[in-house]
Amino acid sequence: MPERPPTGRPTVQVVDVWKEFVKRGRRLEALQAIDLAIEPNEFAAILGPSGCGKSTLLNMLAGFDRPTRGQVLVHGEPVEGPDPRRGVVFQEPALFPWFTVLDNITFGPKTRGLRSGAYQPQVDALLEQVGLRGFESHYPAELSGGMKQRVGLARVLIMEPQVLLMDEPFGSLDAQTRSLMQELLLSVWERHHQTVLFITHDIEEALLLADSVSVMTARPGRIKKRLAVELPRPRALEITTSPLFNALKREVLTLIREESLRAAREGGD
Amino acid sequence: MTRRGPWFVLLPLALLALWHVAVTSQWVLPGIIPAPAQVVESWYKWIFGPPGRSLSPYSGTWLANVLYSSRRVLQGFLIAAGVGIPLGLFIGWNRLVANVVDPSIQLLRPVPITAWLPFSIAVFGIYDAGALFLIALGAFYPIVVNTTHGVRDTNLLLLRAARMLGAGPATILGKVVFPSALPSIFTGLRLGVGVAWTAVIVAEMIAVKSGLGYVLWDAYYVGRMDICVATMFSVGLLGFLSDRIILVASRLVLRWRTLEAHA
Ligand SMILES: Nc1ncnc2c1ncn2[C@@H]1O[C@H](COP(=O)(O)OP(=O)(O)OP(=O)(O)O)[C@@H](O)[C@H]1O
Ligand SMILES: [Mg+2]
Repeated sequence: MPERPPTGRPTVQVVDVWKEFVKRGRRLEALQAIDLAIEPNEFAAILGPSGCGKSTLLNMLAGFDRPTRGQVLVHGEPVEGPDPRRGVVFQEPALFPWFTVLDNITFGPKTRGLRSGAYQPQVDALLEQVGLRGFESHYPAELSGGMKQRVGLARVLIMEPQVLLMDEPFGSLDAQTRSLMQELLLSVWERHHQTVLFITHDIEEALLLADSVSVMTARPGRIKKRLAVELPRPRALEITTSPLFNALKREVLTLIREESLRAAREGGD
Repeated sequence: MTRRGPWFVLLPLALLALWHVAVTSQWVLPGIIPAPAQVVESWYKWIFGPPGRSLSPYSGTWLANVLYSSRRVLQGFLIAAGVGIPLGLFIGWNRLVANVVDPSIQLLRPVPITAWLPFSIAVFGIYDAGALFLIALGAFYPIVVNTTHGVRDTNLLLLRAARMLGAGPATILGKVVFPSALPSIFTGLRLGVGVAWTAVIVAEMIAVKSGLGYVLWDAYYVGRMDICVATMFSVGLLGFLSDRIILVASRLVLRWRTLEAHA
């Protein structure tokens, strides 16, 4: 296990964050009073209905966007912009279509100015780990959806980020590929124990992967409740049939049902 | 291409036949429009005939004039691409550059290159520079405009991905924005080379004394309509050829994109 930072403070701190978009003169409240803390090496999942502001929250942690009010801290420092220490895996693979698999993965190290000798061993290990050996010279257009996401993960992992931000990374994959990717992610995380923020709207996915699940309300997004997922690790797909898993699932479902009823009552915009 | 089969020759053959019949049966403008066979014969002599015979001043001069015009097109086109691509990248990339430069380009663009002729002759005289100015100017607009569009169309997600991986502005411009704009840049180059051939003919008709445009105007003056028509075909072929060259280059450079299209 990598050493934890000496201080006892959370790796990720979101303190009273509000986000408002102004689009064609209309104000849209996306996030309201978000407080969130993610401990070092914690795998935190965020669950919420479509349009509730999950991506907005992640974009602020990534440094792509700034809060209207409040603070976003990582390792105690305010997030000023994107940084390779905070790796992002997007919902769409967002690979560079003009680069081969290998060039996509080595984009970060090359940008850093490293010689190929310096990162080649890690590249080889990563290709092995994510199952892309033999596909180094393929272009993204020649890959399946799952393979593209594996490249998207590998190009981030090569930078050895302390924090991984994942925005519904498996949302567009078929069920089978998705569970393979979940297993892959679990095995990656068991090895490196990055601090992870994982966004999804799949309850089982959140419970299978995460140490904690924060359920968000419909727009404007707030954190409705945070649940600890105290399932034993290392986890495998079989855990989804355990009694504790199902109890947690029922609890989350109840929260979400409450939320959608409330949204339907108040809805209309 | 292959699925079209030999059918595409039908229409040209029919038009040739119509042309032949129209001339030989003297339907239209007898004595002015040459028959296809006459054009072919004159064209052949123009290309392969022995040069330097006073009786036929065009004999054997085709290649020299083709080379004059092609060289001007190539030079003007290279100037246009050399200025247009970098400028387009900066206009698309930088709001300040766009605000300073773009309005002037949009304002000047509607002025047809033919309207620049007197200006060009006044400034450059009847030398090559005037022709190059017109060709480069004409080709510049589509290149700069398409490059700008290509840059602005860059996927925001890819820009974010690059920044997240630690890329600064120079890396992003070179490894993300430029490759992303390349398809659009090639569109600009293809349009640009078309304009370059238009411009070279106009320039050579008036501003210089060599090249296909000069031959075209000269032949018209001395009533050699057969040479005029042969020149038109020559220019058409050269324009087609240069377009194909750029198309092949773009297919080679944009291999990743053809894969995408077949995926
Ligand atoms: N740049 C923007 N400008 C204006 N409105 C925006 C912008 N980005 C997001 N929004 C709005 O903010 C709200 C939250 O968007 P966000 O993308 O964060 O939702 P989400 O929870 O990620 O949804 P999904 O599950 O569909 O991905 C939406 O109503 C969206 O339309
Ligand atoms: Mg989203």
